Amino acid sequence: MTHREGRRQTLYMYLFLSPWLIGFFVFALYPILSSLYLSFTDYDIIHPPVFVGLANYTEMFNNELFWKSVIVTLRYTVISVPIQLVLGLGFALLLHQKIPFRGFFRTAMYFPSMVSGVAMSLLWYWIFNPQIGLFNYVLSWFGIKGPAWLMNPDTSLYALIIMSLWTVGTGMILFLAGLQGVPASLIEAAELDGAGRFKTFLNVTLPMISPVLLFQLIMGAIDSFQVFTQAFVMTQGGPNYSTWFYVYNLYTSAFKEYRAGYSSALAWVLLIVVMLFTALVMKLSNRYVHYEGGGNK
Amino acid sequence: MSTIPSTGPHSPSSKVRRRRKFDAVRVMSFISLVIITFLMLLPLFFMVSTSLKSKREMLKFPPTFLPETWQWSNYKDIFDTLQFGTLYGNSLLIGGLTVVGTLISSSLAAYGFARYRGKGKNIWFMLLLSTMMLPYPAIMIPQFILFSKMNWIDTFLPLIVPAFFGSAYNIFLLRQFFTTLPDELFDAGRIDGCGEFRMWLKIALPLSGPALATVAIFAFIYSWNDLLTPVLYLSSSEKFTLPVGMASLTSSRFRIPPWHLLMVASVLAMVPIVTLFAIAQKRFVEGIVLTGIK
Repeated sequence: MTHREGRRQTLYMYLFLSPWLIGFFVFALYPILSSLYLSFTDYDIIHPPVFVGLANYTEMFNNELFWKSVIVTLRYTVISVPIQLVLGLGFALLLHQKIPFRGFFRTAMYFPSMVSGVAMSLLWYWIFNPQIGLFNYVLSWFGIKGPAWLMNPDTSLYALIIMSLWTVGTGMILFLAGLQGVPASLIEAAELDGAGRFKTFLNVTLPMISPVLLFQLIMGAIDSFQVFTQAFVMTQGGPNYSTWFYVYNLYTSAFKEYRAGYSSALAWVLLIVVMLFTALVMKLSNRYVHYEGGGNK
Repeated sequence: MSTIPSTGPHSPSSKVRRRRKFDAVRVMSFISLVIITFLMLLPLFFMVSTSLKSKREMLKFPPTFLPETWQWSNYKDIFDTLQFGTLYGNSLLIGGLTVVGTLISSSLAAYGFARYRGKGKNIWFMLLLSTMMLPYPAIMIPQFILFSKMNWIDTFLPLIVPAFFGSAYNIFLLRQFFTTLPDELFDAGRIDGCGEFRMWLKIALPLSGPALATVAIFAFIYSWNDLLTPVLYLSSSEKFTLPVGMASLTSSRFRIPPWHLLMVASVLAMVPIVTLFAIAQKRFVEGIVLTGIK
């Protein structure tokens, strides 16, 4: 590559990158650094920020609502993500066979995932209504008298976990793609060696799709750290703070109490946790790409 | 017809036994699939049926499977009582412009990463990757302060303008696609006297239809479902997006929530997504597999 050609390459690269470069500085880097600075200040958005050192961070660790939000979010993550994984994989395994109406089943299971966001929250707000809702009606078919779900602090978080299982179809599609990547020859070889279906699954299929499993585990965790819509639409964090999710806490302290400094400290803790998880997924997905294509694109 | 039992490992009888065992698993799977699908579709069924019930009937327990009287006027009422037409229009406008912005800016940056070997490329690419999972809640406060200094509060600009400056995930996705395009095409273009910008427009983009469609679909869905950003920026009700307007339906201003209208809103909110799915099912599935985005 000649010197002139090198300069030409650099020039055009930066020309094409320029919209993103502006976006990167203005909408990503500046906010990240700015919120780091603000997290060391007392700031109500109207008056200029006042430097307070680590006060926001020490307050956070002594703040009851902060810990409440951490516990709610972690409990939601730890329960819902593994169940989603198991169901997603289970459904994918059911569909990864020659079965009549396979296309119909696959579409039907994915369909609920298209009702995401507020529409889904409104629907399940009705489903969990203890007087007229669908959930307790279905439970009554089996002679079970359901609880008050969203209105009871002991059950509200579990209601939201049940609701999260409704969109397991997305994970199922990822698992189906993973299962298609398992060479049929490996399965046949295992069966010829006399391994049963269960043993073949455990010793051949499961290790082969473990990258997909890990990827989904981490992405699922990152997603559930950021639950907001359900808390905002269905419960407003209640009753009795039983659904006081981390991002809902962050939103409330920033935009209801106008404590931009303290909320920026909350934001930075979230940022660090998500970045750690992202670094993990990148390490894993490198291996994953290698695995399937063997290319290095 | 009777078969004579024969011996040996490949005898027909052992084959038959094997197939029968296999069939039992498949029958069980089929039955489980029917039950699971029934449970998954039940909420959707009631969503549609409740949306057509009268105010009296929606409060009945147990809920009726099908409306006693089909009240199609609910679908008209929601446009009168909730300015649903305005909400829908706002969301479509914002979603449409987000798609346009994302396609242009992300494909430009992706082309830069895929086709040139400029100085510092690896550093920028690492930075791109590291912002891929940047959680919006972590940066929303400084962004809010920035946009309020620009007097953009209660306008659509904070919801649209960032899309015109690229989004990391989409850039990464398109860059992966562009690197698979053969170099010869661009060499031929250069010999024909094609400028760099024209090669992006006339060679790279027309060959990337499927990848661009995937990006467009997911950019639209993200914008269509987003609640947090419009909640921060939009304050006057005629500017609300669909999710913001719908979220207000559960607020305490209703003594009894208008359940039937809630369901009408949910059904209508689903329509564009289902339409996209019907048109481009393959792109949908591809997008999920490539990004893992829900």
